[in-house]
Amino acid sequence: MKDYTRMWVNIGLNLDAHAGLLGVLTDAYKSIYLSQKNRPKTMEYFDFVISEVHGLRIEEIYEAKKNKRKIVGTFCVYVPEELVLAVDGVCVGLCAGAEVGSAEAERFIPRNTCALIKAFMGFKLAGLCPYVELTDLIVGETTCDGKKKAYEIFNEITKKVYIMELPNMKSEEDRKLWLGEVKKFKDKMEALSGRKITLDDLKKAASIVNGKRKALQRLSRLRAADPSPISGLDALLVNQIVFYDDPLRFTEMTNKLCDELEERVRQGTGVTEKGSTRILISGSPMAIPNWKLHSVIEGSGAVVVGEESCVGERNHRDLLDENFSSIDEALEKIASRYLGIHCACFTPNDERMDDIKSLVKSLCAQGVIHYSLQFCTPYMMEAYKAEKAVTDVPFMRIETDYSMEDVGQLKSRVEAFIEVIKGRA
Amino acid sequence: MKTAGIDIGSRFIKLALVEKGQLLSFKKADTSFTPLERCQELLRGVETDRIIATGYGRHLFEVHLGSKTITEIKAFAKGARALFPECRTIIDIGGQDTKVISLDEKGNVRKFEMNDRCAAGTGKFLEIMAKTLDYSMKDFGYVTSTSNKKIQINSMCTVFAESEIVSLIAKGENREDIAVALHRLVANRVLSMLKRIPVEGDIVFAGGCAKNQCLKELIEYALGKPIHVADNPEITGALGAALYAMEN
Repeated sequence: MKDYTRMWVNIGLNLDAHAGLLGVLTDAYKSIYLSQKNRPKTMEYFDFVISEVHGLRIEEIYEAKKNKRKIVGTFCVYVPEELVLAVDGVCVGLCAGAEVGSAEAERFIPRNTCALIKAFMGFKLAGLCPYVELTDLIVGETTCDGKKKAYEIFNEITKKVYIMELPNMKSEEDRKLWLGEVKKFKDKMEALSGRKITLDDLKKAASIVNGKRKALQRLSRLRAADPSPISGLDALLVNQIVFYDDPLRFTEMTNKLCDELEERVRQGTGVTEKGSTRILISGSPMAIPNWKLHSVIEGSGAVVVGEESCVGERNHRDLLDENFSSIDEALEKIASRYLGIHCACFTPNDERMDDIKSLVKSLCAQGVIHYSLQFCTPYMMEAYKAEKAVTDVPFMRIETDYSMEDVGQLKSRVEAFIEVIKGRA
Repeated sequence: MKTAGIDIGSRFIKLALVEKGQLLSFKKADTSFTPLERCQELLRGVETDRIIATGYGRHLFEVHLGSKTITEIKAFAKGARALFPECRTIIDIGGQDTKVISLDEKGNVRKFEMNDRCAAGTGKFLEIMAKTLDYSMKDFGYVTSTSNKKIQINSMCTVFAESEIVSLIAKGENREDIAVALHRLVANRVLSMLKRIPVEGDIVFAGGCAKNQCLKELIEYALGKPIHVADNPEITGALGAALYAMEN
């Protein structure tokens, strides 16, 4: 890797701590990712992206910023990326997937806060996230209580948080409220960039974002094959990288990956033997570099075939209807597309149960592991409904965080769960 | 064919030797901080055709001594069924985890629950509490209270419970009453786990803590029916692994 020290200093990172973080990340990546067998060749690109996660990509974004493009950071799949791209902005998902800076974060937020919230606070406070430093605007949203309140504090620290109000129900009034929020966000983007969004801008943006979604949908469908042509770990990685890679390049490379996977499916080859136990994950998002549960599951001989998650299906399952002929119509379509995501912060949220059931079928999953981050109350609560909804295959709930202290117990539970599934076959 | 099952738990390593479905011998040793050496000591002079490891240390054994493994959940299912053929529900309180397992008619694991990270309410908890109250482990399990005074202890966390006990002692509470309250705490934890699985058929209490009479009686009282405990309940996992080795 090239020497990026000067850039990191300019951005304002804590160099020592940052070197430590990259060291840990590199080691984890080696032991979790590079040790996998039968990986698709095209994964090399994604390996490269990871190796340059705080290097080349940051350099690109830094360049974009110098060219007066606006950098917008997000934490949630409800934030309409199309509106960021419509002003030629760069949209990045911010770092929130590792246990860093907890002690700093705990000066501001309670200990019993979910690992994801603690991590985004921690990354910023410890000076470890170059993305957050480069942002011109950070978009928060009123999904769960923890995030809502943390954003208030995050704004005190960064002075650049903008909040979108996401309703908690899906009635007509709620739809109106959300449409209003989408319109306000468009105004915000125009004010930030100093350029007016045209219909053409929106058309272009819609096509770029849909391009990413279509590539991810293709990947998702290919995982239905037995043997699965790609490990759950690798597929998860692609679903994580989509949040910060250059969108056009990402789409191109993901499609290349899918070409290779299609060939594998044609030849009947895969990452594991045919007949390996197939698991669907459902629940809280797994932000990069949170690979814990997938690595436990796949280390136990099963394969993860899908993620009913914001880092996964919820992010890409629905396309934006590109058939609009005015800006207002586009905004309405954007609002309705995003409100169609089934996050546990909504009540009721029965559609999510249908999603889980239909994924079990379409991906031929033999078991569902419901994953909640500890203190992620919406998903912890919905585990009950999910368990009731999944009647055809075994179901297990896991509550965990980013630490490694429970890996032993986790391994026992996952292995026993796989034994239960095998016992049924 | 002779097969062996070795159950490497957090506190003890158990070895069971089986021939034609019958138990030949059983040995046990402290896990200590060199579990692999302890395993080798236990296995010295033991001749087997096949060995299966289970328990917390199973993968260590797998890597170094090249045996296959099954989880303790499967091993307990197998072992409990061998000891009690009508068993459909298993309670296991081990050194650092607690589990409840539900079996189908054929003895396959249908559903299980297990504590997910800390050792609150497990054997280790009772061990530390016994020490705090100056009981031997054996006496602790036979503790009874004559005063009928129901003390409430609220904390399942070992550290907090210990300080709770210190203040109860300072208040002049009776040692037996405190001891029974601690057992009630552990029993309640198991009972709440049992609410999350179907409880049917014969209920078997296995694992080292099943030797604790006070715990057994408290669980029986709450369930309103007898639970079965083998003469040597800590053998269950190792026996199950040995039987599994024989069949596979």
